[in-house]
Amino acid sequence: MISQKTKETLLGPLNANNPVVVQILGICSALAVTVQLKPALVMGIAVTIIVAMANVIVSLIRNTIPMRVRIIVQLVVVAALVTLVSEILKAFAYDVAMQLSVYLGLIITNCILMGRLEAFAMTNNAWDSFLDGLGNGLGYAIILVIVAFVRELFGSGQLLGFQIIPESFYAAGYENCGMMLMPAMALILVGCVIWVHRSINDKEAK
Amino acid sequence: MKLNTNSNVYTFVYMTIVVIIVAVLLALANQALKPRQDANILLDKQKQILGALKVDFSQADPAEVYYTLVQDTLKYGEAEVYVANLNGAVKYVLPLSGKGLWGGIGGYLALDEDKNTIYGVNFNHESETPGLGAKIVDMPFRAQFEGKHIRNAEGQVVSVAVLKAGTRAEGQEQVDAISGATITSTGVSTMLNEELVNNYKEFLEITNDKLQITNEEEVEL
Repeated sequence: MISQKTKETLLGPLNANNPVVVQILGICSALAVTVQLKPALVMGIAVTIIVAMANVIVSLIRNTIPMRVRIIVQLVVVAALVTLVSEILKAFAYDVAMQLSVYLGLIITNCILMGRLEAFAMTNNAWDSFLDGLGNGLGYAIILVIVAFVRELFGSGQLLGFQIIPESFYAAGYENCGMMLMPAMALILVGCVIWVHRSINDKEAK
Repeated sequence: MKLNTNSNVYTFVYMTIVVIIVAVLLALANQALKPRQDANILLDKQKQILGALKVDFSQADPAEVYYTLVQDTLKYGEAEVYVANLNGAVKYVLPLSGKGLWGGIGGYLALDEDKNTIYGVNFNHESETPGLGAKIVDMPFRAQFEGKHIRNAEGQVVSVAVLKAGTRAEGQEQVDAISGATITSTGVSTMLNEELVNNYKEFLEITNDKLQITNEEEVEL
């Protein structure tokens, strides 16, 4: 049913070719929105939708784009989509839009988007580009969720805003790790994820 | 015939068309979503005012609760004051705005009828550090303000200071700053001082009797 290539396009970015931990793209936003799980989830979903849609649009018009201004055309497509998503969030999920604040607009500058458009959508058909966008968006989202999970759990003792670490722990002297809330800790956590990811994949390669 | 996609004319026309399509699309989306966005912004403001008034609106429609409580708005030049009627007691809600570390901060301060005692307060921020400066929106920080007085013994408006635990303010009441968020805490302190001492001067100086008269006049008009 699903060819090897299709599978590779969709699932490759989730693990072996992950945009964040292998290609080290989109790190800045990964640091900024991972203090809590909820904005990280929304950011992941928003980026996934935008990469997939931008990939499809650019792929459809790839033969008409003048080569000399292709980056500008890609940027216009991405900027239009990001603005649309941010307007929709403001209308239907105001709290989340406020929480993501400037980072929503900064999706435009997320290197994953431009990277996929330039490296994949410009040379592949719409369906493959869609899968590629989906895969890369989800690959980004997974890392965001892992980092946000650790940071929210140990930084504020909560997950999705619900208290997870019981009061009795605090009574016994447990304290939230304030360091988890600093952007530096996100970088260290991303580093840990990369470390684990590499050590597993290197073993498989041997 | 194959079009030369690299010619200057083609590039120029292509970009023009792309930009026009995108502009029209975004303008349409903006027009279509504007009413909903404005409604959200208004609702957010009403929720914040209810928060400053310590009204629980989790079980009811916030807008409905808001309109039953807040019936009057007083205007003093730029400054606006919302007058709420809470179980027969008059509360004044003063919108605040100032600067934090990364961006703007704001809030609503609810005063008792004596224009001195703080009934409740609510803060918001654009982009303060989560877990540090962003804690100004949380209850432990806000609750400190309740019952504090914005006037000194002589009746002058002196605001409330936000200070590091252990330091003492001269001639005004104080609350504890958030540790690790000095600039945001100072921002809150400055915002309160600026707004209360300067921007709401006119409102705070008028005694309640005079206020009553202006209200009646407004009604007659």
